[in-house]
Amino acid sequence: MIPISYYILLSAILFTIGAVCVLIRRNAIIIFMGIELMLNAANLAFVAFANQHQSVSGQIIVFFVIAVAAAEVAVGLALIVAIFRTKQSIDVDQLNSLKG
Amino acid sequence: MTAELILFLVLALVAVGAALGLLFSRNAVYAALFLVLNFITVAVFYLLLNAPFLAMAQVTIYAGAIMVLFLFVIMLLGAKKLKTRGENLWQRRLAIGLGVVLLGELGVLFFAKGWRGTLIGDIGSKFGSPESIGIELFNQYLLPFEITSILLLVGMIGAIVLTKDN
Repeated sequence: MIPISYYILLSAILFTIGAVCVLIRRNAIIIFMGIELMLNAANLAFVAFANQHQSVSGQIIVFFVIAVAAAEVAVGLALIVAIFRTKQSIDVDQLNSLKG
Repeated sequence: MTAELILFLVLALVAVGAALGLLFSRNAVYAALFLVLNFITVAVFYLLLNAPFLAMAQVTIYAGAIMVLFLFVIMLLGAKKLKTRGENLWQRRLAIGLGVVLLGELGVLFFAKGWRGTLIGDIGSKFGSPESIGIELFNQYLLPFEITSILLLVGMIGAIVLTKDN
């Protein structure tokens, strides 16, 4: 059988890659994909703990996370399209209108 | 090494490789396809962890609906136009340093707790099936489930309002 620490370590690695993706990429769509990667890594940890404790509640939480991610993507991509219409770019470095 | 461990290691390599592909790919379409590969490998992990319903939900909702939405927006905005100018080098170095710190923190946090337990390969056919998820969802988590439906409705209205032509 596989130790749970392997799954937790994999989840931590995926979460870190997602966080670095959000930090170093300047393309708004790829930043969004990094956020999805982080949500997914957290889901993996939830399912691993659900298995260890033999409780379905962990899997229900993942179900809710998937639903929230779907709503978040719909609104986020709409925002990106609206930004692209006004700025003709989705480079997050160029979104500095609030800088003063 | 058991067959299950070998399967885990191969899948873990594919998942981390796909995530790194997302991180370093220049083209947004390739990045989206790497993310689809990552989601599918995570769905196989769910199957290994006795969560067949979630594995199927992952494939249909994440790898299917959400990523199609991503690809649709990338195509709508034009994949060529999405190329941005080069990133600042100091920002990149700082971000990678912070990422290493985050990974170290997570590692210390997890292994200081001493989670040594092993996972159960085969709990029983009922665990994680649509039936058991449904019973739990509609008995213990009914209110959050209803709130989720309102959240999705608000998200839908928000998307329509934001992209509407004035």
